[in-house]
Amino acid sequence: MDIFFEFFSLQDPNIRYVLAGTILLGFSAGALGCFAILRRRALVGDAVAHAILPGVCLAFIVAGGKDPLMLIAGAFVFGLLSMVTMDFITRNSRIAPDASIGMVLSVFFGFGVVLLTFIQSTGYVDQSGLDDFLFGQAAAMIGYDVNVFGGLSLLILAITIITFKELKLISFDPSFARSIGYPVKRIEFLLAMLMVLTITAGIQAVGVVLMASMLIIPAAAARYWTDSLRVMVVVAAGVGALSGITGSFISYTAPAMPTGPWMVVSAALVFILSFLLAPGRGEIARFVQKRRLRHRIASENILKTIYSMEEEDDRTDRVRPRRELARRRHMSKRELNRAISTLLRKKYIAWFSGNPGGYVLKSEGRKEAKRLVRVHRLWEQYLNQHLQIAEDHVHDDAESMEHLITTDIEHELLESLGSPERDPHHSKIPYEDADEGEKDGDNNAHNNQEGIDQTGEPGKQNPGGRKSQTTKPKGSRP
Amino acid sequence: MTTQNATTELQTGPGRDPSSAGRQNPPVEVHDLTVAYDQKPVLWDIDFELPEGKMTAIVGPNGAGKSTLIKAAMGLIPSSSGYTLIYGKPLDKQRRNVAYVPQRESVDWNFPISVMDVVLMGRYPHLRLFQRPSREDRRIAMGALEEVGMAEYQNRQISQLSGGQQQRVFLARALAQDAGIYLMDEPFAGVDAATEKVIFNKLQELRSRGKTLVVIHHDLQSVPNNFDWVMLINLRLVAFGPVAETFTDENLQKAYGGRLNILSQMVERSRQQRFVREQESE
Repeated sequence: MDIFFEFFSLQDPNIRYVLAGTILLGFSAGALGCFAILRRRALVGDAVAHAILPGVCLAFIVAGGKDPLMLIAGAFVFGLLSMVTMDFITRNSRIAPDASIGMVLSVFFGFGVVLLTFIQSTGYVDQSGLDDFLFGQAAAMIGYDVNVFGGLSLLILAITIITFKELKLISFDPSFARSIGYPVKRIEFLLAMLMVLTITAGIQAVGVVLMASMLIIPAAAARYWTDSLRVMVVVAAGVGALSGITGSFISYTAPAMPTGPWMVVSAALVFILSFLLAPGRGEIARFVQKRRLRHRIASENILKTIYSMEEEDDRTDRVRPRRELARRRHMSKRELNRAISTLLRKKYIAWFSGNPGGYVLKSEGRKEAKRLVRVHRLWEQYLNQHLQIAEDHVHDDAESMEHLITTDIEHELLESLGSPERDPHHSKIPYEDADEGEKDGDNNAHNNQEGIDQTGEPGKQNPGGRKSQTTKPKGSRP
Repeated sequence: MTTQNATTELQTGPGRDPSSAGRQNPPVEVHDLTVAYDQKPVLWDIDFELPEGKMTAIVGPNGAGKSTLIKAAMGLIPSSSGYTLIYGKPLDKQRRNVAYVPQRESVDWNFPISVMDVVLMGRYPHLRLFQRPSREDRRIAMGALEEVGMAEYQNRQISQLSGGQQQRVFLARALAQDAGIYLMDEPFAGVDAATEKVIFNKLQELRSRGKTLVVIHHDLQSVPNNFDWVMLINLRLVAFGPVAETFTDENLQKAYGGRLNILSQMVERSRQQRFVREQESE
């Protein structure tokens, strides 16, 4: 705990430098990374990060030491050069973008390693720690470095905020942007420059090998939490800054630990947490949704099963024992129990004790069951009529579609099929409107069955004991 | 190793005096438009003038170059030759006046952006670079959403919309732009019946307000009842004129039937000779 207060009391100027540097870097890399991943340019970022190594080495040779401004200049030039090269290869050859990215990354980086070895073998005075640019060495940052690299990060952030509207437009719909006369090429170039600058700003703290992950990971994590680009940019910047703090703290508590790699690991942890926990999109939330859907399907299937038993013996007043439901539906006992308790809770079915005890549909439940059977059969009819799928091939598909068809789609089906009476298997399609059925029942022989089903119910012979119970739900029907 | 050696931007028209270019000029003139991808001709020497205040359907078989025609005319893709005039003036001076509705599939519908934000983009041509939309712009965007029956979805993320709703959002963006000319790339592709009705009604209303509309269309049956003019293309302009005179079996046969005319044979040959993309060639 002591070390915690020691660190966050910020007494040590060195801590202040490191923190300021890594936080600002995290901010700008996170914010800009959003545009990189949304435009599917994340890999380009990785290639650019590796490709700036020769620029860093050349700057070192020219300046004869580690001069931040020279390093930035060298890195910037090679970053842009690598982007131009990738673009050139893709545009002027048959080589696909991924191959050209791979080539540029490894060739530029290889050249950088050659230069690095050269510098080390010729014994420059200030060569010590040049290979820190591979993995970063934030602890070595002094006031001047922080001013330069931090200033660069602030500049990037400011430009991102000012040009936010334009960046959003060309990231979402570049051809529309071009159609209204936006200078898309120039904005794209600006974005590319910002990306190179961000990577450049990270060479001291994170290093060329890992810098791309500070662009990609916070943005990828942020995407889990929001559907708004603005919020995503803010969250990604926050995740980046948080990683900077965590990385600095860990490397302070364990001095042999490098800051940059720990920043990356912290960001990755945030990503994993987002991946699992984010509401709606996280894996856990999705698992729950999936289970809920499966459960809904199970209870809808039970409802349908009871309804089809009613159809078979044309009796709505007979109880349907649990044993019988289990026999017709292959589901586990637990699933069955859950489904039944859901239906009871929704007042779709009611339990009647007796010998044997069982369930009957209540009017709301029958309405829902009819809807399910109706969309099932309409869908079968649709597949059969409009897509010419054979009658014996439509059932399985309808079995899953019936749980997904919305009222809107049902209306469209009805419209395009013209409210058919029967499905391809000649089963009757049950419609809701009871009055319609009554009227039709009087003068239309076809609908006779339905007429009995709906109007004949109360008059049916009810076995004495159950009469009052079973007619109750029916009494509520129009 | 072929580059787009042609002009990358559409050339602006020959020097015309803007002051004389009044409304008597046709809303859209396209001259000598030729487009080639890697030396393979995609569109040959297209010339036409759109009539003002009419609704024109562009029809033609798959791969006939319908989308390419609109994109090249708008300068969105490079053309080998040709230029576009809008009301007699160079396209680049008139872009605000042309609302382009891209194909729905051309954007990533998982992009983190709300319906309102997409429609607001229709106001961008009225804003300066880096200028933020005003309250008035929001009001106009909201009005456009209401017109296509999508007002209640304004805060939805676009991935939560159905295909038809996405298309309505694109239409709303074009409405918010408040242009005189509408170029729409397959606005009826993959939409539900309700959306189809909404879009057709909206287009008819725009036409009655004197707007000029061009719609790339697939459903040949609905052309005679819904469009005034029709353009049949198949790599070249096959026929163009009022529906009654132009939408004939003979022209349709020319556009759709004559699959193996010499031009399309040559295109087919050059497509076959294109060598396969190398996968990893390090």
